[in-house]
Amino acid sequence: MHLPPDFNSWSCPLPLRSYPSIVMGHGGGGKLSAELVEHLFVPAFRSTALDLLGDAAVLAQPEGRLAFSTDSFVVRPLFFPGGNIGTLAVNGTVNDLAMMGAQPRYLTAALILEEGLPIAQLGVIVEAMANAARAAGVQIVAGDTKVVDKGHGDGIYINTSGIGVIPAGVEITPTQARPGDVVIVSGELGLHGIAILSVREGLEFGSPIASDCAPLHGLVAAMLTASPALHVLRDATRGGLAAVLNEIARSSQTGIVYAERKLPVPPAVAAACDLLGMDPVHIANEGKLVAIVAPEAADAVLAAMQRHPLGREAAIIGQVVAEHPGIVVARTGIGGTRIVDMQVGEQLPRIC
Amino acid sequence: MKYLDEFRNPAIAQQLFAEIHAQTTRPWAIMEVCGGQTHSILRNGIDQLLPPSIELIHGPGCPVCVTPLEILDKALAIAAQPGVLFCSFGDMLRVPGSTKDLFRVKSEGADVRIVYSPLDAVRLAQSHPTREVVFFGIGFETTAPANAMAVFQARQLGLRNFSMLVSHVLVPPAISAILESPQTRVQAFLAAGHVCSVMGVQAYEPLVARYQVPIVVTGFEPLDVLEGIRRTVRQLEQGEARLENAYARAVQREGNRPAQQMLADVFTVTDRSWRGIGVVPQSGWRLSDRYREFDAEVRFAVQEIQTQESPLCRSGEVLQGLLKPPQCPAFGRECTPRTPLGATMVSNEGACAAYYQYGRFRAANAAANAL
Amino acid sequence: MCLGIPGQVKSIYEVDGIRMGKADFAGIEKEVCLAYVPEIQVGDYTIIHVGFAITQLDEASAQESLRLFSAMGMLDEELGHPAQP
Repeated sequence: MHLPPDFNSWSCPLPLRSYPSIVMGHGGGGKLSAELVEHLFVPAFRSTALDLLGDAAVLAQPEGRLAFSTDSFVVRPLFFPGGNIGTLAVNGTVNDLAMMGAQPRYLTAALILEEGLPIAQLGVIVEAMANAARAAGVQIVAGDTKVVDKGHGDGIYINTSGIGVIPAGVEITPTQARPGDVVIVSGELGLHGIAILSVREGLEFGSPIASDCAPLHGLVAAMLTASPALHVLRDATRGGLAAVLNEIARSSQTGIVYAERKLPVPPAVAAACDLLGMDPVHIANEGKLVAIVAPEAADAVLAAMQRHPLGREAAIIGQVVAEHPGIVVARTGIGGTRIVDMQVGEQLPRIC
Repeated sequence: MKYLDEFRNPAIAQQLFAEIHAQTTRPWAIMEVCGGQTHSILRNGIDQLLPPSIELIHGPGCPVCVTPLEILDKALAIAAQPGVLFCSFGDMLRVPGSTKDLFRVKSEGADVRIVYSPLDAVRLAQSHPTREVVFFGIGFETTAPANAMAVFQARQLGLRNFSMLVSHVLVPPAISAILESPQTRVQAFLAAGHVCSVMGVQAYEPLVARYQVPIVVTGFEPLDVLEGIRRTVRQLEQGEARLENAYARAVQREGNRPAQQMLADVFTVTDRSWRGIGVVPQSGWRLSDRYREFDAEVRFAVQEIQTQESPLCRSGEVLQGLLKPPQCPAFGRECTPRTPLGATMVSNEGACAAYYQYGRFRAANAAANAL
Repeated sequence: MCLGIPGQVKSIYEVDGIRMGKADFAGIEKEVCLAYVPEIQVGDYTIIHVGFAITQLDEASAQESLRLFSAMGMLDEELGHPAQP
């Protein structure tokens, strides 16, 4: 399931086989550009709007309120255990929409390619985007490609924007955490960040550790069915659980307390964090959400999550309190307390 | 993880806390020398569960905090030179020099890379023969054997494009300097376990004898730290001053001989300036003359560096336990974790950053209670 | 200073004339330098700092510490000390 990408088995659909890599002309708007679009993007993404190849996608107006979001993706390495930048780019925006309770419908995809990127790699990434979009039930309806000189990009950058429809009656906003609310995480923490770090730091895992990159709107739908009393949803991406809890505490002017021993941290993530001097609550996830739920709804929501494949390990980790507004406090393993702040910058391996 | 999880056992931690509470009858000021211990104390909330009469003073055992400004400015100057590939442990990238830090130099075009091991820097030198690869060799006695091996191996491999900016510091002279200070409040020390794994414990015997202070070699997991504190308090309460080893699974009396031999070959003891404290005689290592060609200070013309420490920063007094962070006039005003004036505000376990965090917590709690 | 983590030696080999090996940390393997622990064997535990084994971990001593910790608890109960601070 988590095999390294196989570029050899991918056969290039482009007629101009003399270019095994991206050249500047692929972004020049001429024949090379057109070939990329016609032979690579359109067949992969297959949507009515895209097939028309107009200057803009033309979409029917859905009922209700829309959620609209955009995100750009830069990641090194481009390919990592459990996915690649293409899977991230689709699921990242799908999840941003899902955190507002929206059903994701349409995505756009803009790719900045670095001259020299092997076409086979681009092919695998595009295929991964197409598969992720299919799995999430969204259509990629518009796109763009530009090429930058070699040395001016990390192979490929992707921006996706997405539109989703919010069902009537769903009202999820970051400011709604109330004292007494329960804090739930949807599963094991730190997998994406450690999968990326394992490649960068040369860690080998006896049992495979793979990015948790996944679309979360199905899980959110299941939670909303169990109870509409979801106050806040956030996906715990960059900055990890700590960043999300801090943002919720600040925007709702409440305090948050959680117990470290209740955090679902896989042993391999814990070991990698010990080794590199990091903290699992600061490690990125790409398929985990934090839910702030009214106490009376917590059991029903938790049960619904645990029935869903992406929420089996869901756990109640703490609660919202009136004390220390804007501040997140952890009860440590030995019974002490500590403040859990956001990282100032990115988390770095430390020696001391 | 084996030999890690067992030493985080909450039930035994409660027993150790109970022991310490039962033993303590008077106020005691204990310095944990090592930044790793400070990290463990704050990370686990140990300080809040101790008797209020036990004060833990965060010591100078954090290379991030004590690397002198002059060396940092040299690092920044070298990293900015064309063709240089500058390698550092992640810890050092946010530490402010006179005007900027390594992140800023990187953003201005320098090639600054984070490495996990000094041998990674040697490999970069092998794979980038046309670049000058410079490794920022900071740390205490624990890190020194790794850095020494990198230099040794660069010479074995005949690498002419590898050099090291060395700013190694030694623990015993720092303890000595703290005890020599007439204002010192420190009554006992938790010595740094992994430093002793390398160097052994003999160097601390004369300190115990001369200054009549208990020194307990202590590890880093919660139970290790608590056991170190328990033994220290027991000695203090009984009026004893002995050297004890509370980290026997990792510390032999004589230390690591092969590592010590490598250190004696590659490094030479030298006077070293500690940030905020000043020059402590014979408190550091530089490359020995046999390895002079690998000295980045010699290879790059950076001898004449003018440094400018913020006049507001009093981190030196904090590091010696003479001043509590909130007593510094710049604390929380000009100096915050986002805009650190001195290194003690940079790392999360720096004394000032730690106080800043808990201060915020207390202030918020007080505000909530007042409502 | 000095983050050091216990790992178990899984293999020993030489790279560029230096004794290296793989150490296991709860299922994670990482290459480490074993030059400073010439006596260490596959299966032994060591403490790793910045990719270097700085000492062999004395397993008997570790067990002894844990035994003493447990004994202390039992002694406390006999003496009627409170279990909570």
